Amino acid sequence: MTQHQETPEEHEHEHHIVSPKIYVVIGASLLVLTGTTVWASYQEWGVFNPIAALGIAVLKAVLVVLFFMHVKYSTKLTKLTVGAGFFTFLVLIGMTLADYFTRAWGRW
Amino acid sequence: MSDSTAIAHGTADAAHHEHPPYQRHHFETIAQQNDATNFAMWLFLLTEIMFFGGLFTAYLIYRNWYYPAFVQGSHQLQIGWGTANTAVLITSSFTMAMGVWSAEMRKKGALVLCLVLTFVLGLAFLGIKSIEYSEKIEKHHVPGFHYSVQSFVNPSSDPEVYNEYHDKPLALDMARHTELYFFLYFAMTGMHALHMIIGIAILGFMIFRARAGAYTTGHVTFVENFGLYWHFVDIVWIFLFPLLYLISRHQ
Amino acid sequence: MSDAVTIVNLPDQSTARIPKMNYLTKENGLLSWLLTGDHKRIAILYLISISFFFFVGGSLAGLIRLELLTPQSDLMATDTYNKVFSMHGIIMVFFFLVPSVPATIGNFFIPMMIGAKDLALPKINLLSWYLYVAAGILALYTMASGGVDTGWTFTTPLSTHYVNTHVLTTGMAVFIAGFSSIFTGLNFIVTIHKMRAPGMTWFRLPLFVWSHYAASILMVLGTPVLAIAIVLVALERTVGIGVFDPTKGGDPLLFQHLFWFYSHPAVYIMILPGMGVISEVISTFSRKRVFGYTAVAFSSVAIAVFGFFVWAHHMFIMGISNYAVLVFSLLTMLVAVPSAIKIFNWAFTLYKGSITFETPMLYAFGFMGLFTIGGMTGVFLGASGTDIHLTETYFIVAHFHFVMVGGMLMAFLSGIHFWWPKMTGRMYPEKISQLAAVVTFIGFNLTFFPQFVLGTLGMPRRYASYPPEFQILNVFSTAGATVLGVGYLLPVLYLTWSLKYGEIAGNNPWQATGLEWQVQSPPLTENFPEIPIMDHEAYDYEWLENQKEKEVASVG
Repeated sequence: MTQHQETPEEHEHEHHIVSPKIYVVIGASLLVLTGTTVWASYQEWGVFNPIAALGIAVLKAVLVVLFFMHVKYSTKLTKLTVGAGFFTFLVLIGMTLADYFTRAWGRW
Repeated sequence: MSDSTAIAHGTADAAHHEHPPYQRHHFETIAQQNDATNFAMWLFLLTEIMFFGGLFTAYLIYRNWYYPAFVQGSHQLQIGWGTANTAVLITSSFTMAMGVWSAEMRKKGALVLCLVLTFVLGLAFLGIKSIEYSEKIEKHHVPGFHYSVQSFVNPSSDPEVYNEYHDKPLALDMARHTELYFFLYFAMTGMHALHMIIGIAILGFMIFRARAGAYTTGHVTFVENFGLYWHFVDIVWIFLFPLLYLISRHQ
Repeated sequence: MSDAVTIVNLPDQSTARIPKMNYLTKENGLLSWLLTGDHKRIAILYLISISFFFFVGGSLAGLIRLELLTPQSDLMATDTYNKVFSMHGIIMVFFFLVPSVPATIGNFFIPMMIGAKDLALPKINLLSWYLYVAAGILALYTMASGGVDTGWTFTTPLSTHYVNTHVLTTGMAVFIAGFSSIFTGLNFIVTIHKMRAPGMTWFRLPLFVWSHYAASILMVLGTPVLAIAIVLVALERTVGIGVFDPTKGGDPLLFQHLFWFYSHPAVYIMILPGMGVISEVISTFSRKRVFGYTAVAFSSVAIAVFGFFVWAHHMFIMGISNYAVLVFSLLTMLVAVPSAIKIFNWAFTLYKGSITFETPMLYAFGFMGLFTIGGMTGVFLGASGTDIHLTETYFIVAHFHFVMVGGMLMAFLSGIHFWWPKMTGRMYPEKISQLAAVVTFIGFNLTFFPQFVLGTLGMPRRYASYPPEFQILNVFSTAGATVLGVGYLLPVLYLTWSLKYGEIAGNNPWQATGLEWQVQSPPLTENFPEIPIMDHEAYDYEWLENQKEKEVASVG
């Protein structure tokens, strides 16, 4: 870990400030995606309905994480931390569901 | 006093005597303090991911087991309110992000406005939630409190919903499983609402401090880190909305 | 072979003094302790509280062993026995083992080992202790009002539908204690990432720090799932939502999935910090750097990661699918490997080292033998074929006591003795402490080895009465427990004695490497007068030799 003396101005330039334009674009995209997912739920896509719904939700979440939460402009450590959280979340859900999905398989 | 390790005299002295008043003494630089507190907030959010994770696991299992019950249960939620709430929360995330930007640009007026807007939108979300909850209470769809399966064994007894979806009546045992759907509805949205209430309370405190200029002199970490929390609560809702409201609106 | 019987190097006792200015004397008064931000004071607060809970849990263990002297349930009613073993488990797991090394030795020494002045979030650290105390008081109150009888595992649907004991309040106590643990882990992760001194790269960190880093990841990611499991049990009990109720379509196994998703990583939360202690102690008392530093460091992280993939091996007989049994059994075999790597590395550290047998080292040797036995029996249990016969018997009880008591508790005692001179400025009395270590080892084996046999013979766990043919082994076990009790009581007595009458320790009585040994004992509140710059590798005994030639020893 290096130490360096920084004035407040230097510190801010190093720490990227996301411009309001990006926030407006992302916010609008999120609202559009919300409309899309509502529209999609009225379509008859069979097994792809839940896939579409989850996919759009994941896309929205990714936009919030990368831009509103500044992860796109953050350190590798922050990105790794977010990844670790979602990975563990998926392990919990995935491996638990694996038990439930295989309970009805054959007699063995 | 002997010291076996080399000593960083110059930089340490400078750090000691020149740090801003809000820098705690165990940190060497304000950058280190900001880094550390930001990282700490992310780790806290990880615990929240795992906390909600348990509820999502329960949801996925029971939806898979009792799909018809979950479909009809979700028809009982009004898609208008749900969509409106999603839009409200997304907008509040936008105003919160703008608030962080205002703090970084040291614009006190803009910051206060953004925080107030976020606060109001948060309250609006809770208001819509309470309307939805009271509907559920009226219709006896609250698990454990005189829960009624009438709307599911005999859907035509519930004209509002029936006219839109024309659901088939469920067998009694599947109809009983709608109670599990509503338990998950209340548990997940309730837990989410609890986090909203805490967030709104902190927002109130922040508005008060922002008006006094606390965040517009270069010390923005509190606003930044709170923003992370607020966005996380938004992300939880982004998943709750399709999972609870949009299970199948075309049947 | 070296002639040295001991490596202890104390200053001249006729002129030595405890340094006047240190973290204990900096401020006075109760409030200066109750409102402190100093990680060292918080560590001492924790030390006192967890010791108290250890003896509460230990007394309950005494009651269990007393009841099991005879085949009949004659000392207490079976219901009462259920409550006694449940509270024993809850107190020992959540109020002793989980916080033991991290909250005491970890809190005290992680900042010093990395060259920092304090943890990253001192206030959160204090909050952590208050949450622990609040949870502990709630647990004691629950015990006094009748306790729970579900076992520490709160298995559903027993805990949600069939008992009318204090499941809710106990659950609340565990919930609060969980947050105490989360905040400690969070604090450690931030500190280790962000507050290392200049030159202190990841691979120069003492392995103690690596172990705590891995354990902290488990605390942060695993404990919240326990929290939600408890919330769901509470809702099921109060409102009757049906989430674990088969008559309403729920699945009791869902609780077990969520519970064990935390509780398996929890056993690694408990053991990893102990392994960190053992790395430090074995290195110091062999005068050798730890063999295969990188392997030990990475194996700590590997244990943490793999530990998340094996939880359903606690559920083999509960009704999970056969495919799940297969997968989890295979993965359990994998998770044993990193632990074994550590044992091998410690053994190779000892090889050709200059070994001495001070008390911390005696406990460390005990750890190596007993943890190996406990760990290997864990592999027997991980194989689903054998597990079906051995689960829910005394084999399991013996297995986890070998790893937790023979392993973790010995590591805790090793660490307490090793760092006692640094924390207090005084040495403990060596002869009686060596005696206590040996007594503990003998008592432990007498108590728990018979339980392996009992389990294989078929004696079920959590039973107040048992078939008479098992009595002789139970009597051995109880006799051992008495010896063990003496072994644990002795340290309380002589460590307290040493606070006033122990020899003055000086900076580095063990001639250990590590930044904490280069400053005064007890340390200053700010740990270092100036932040040190780290310019050598961990366990660098040559560097230590050079330092001793350069420095003028002074105390006081």
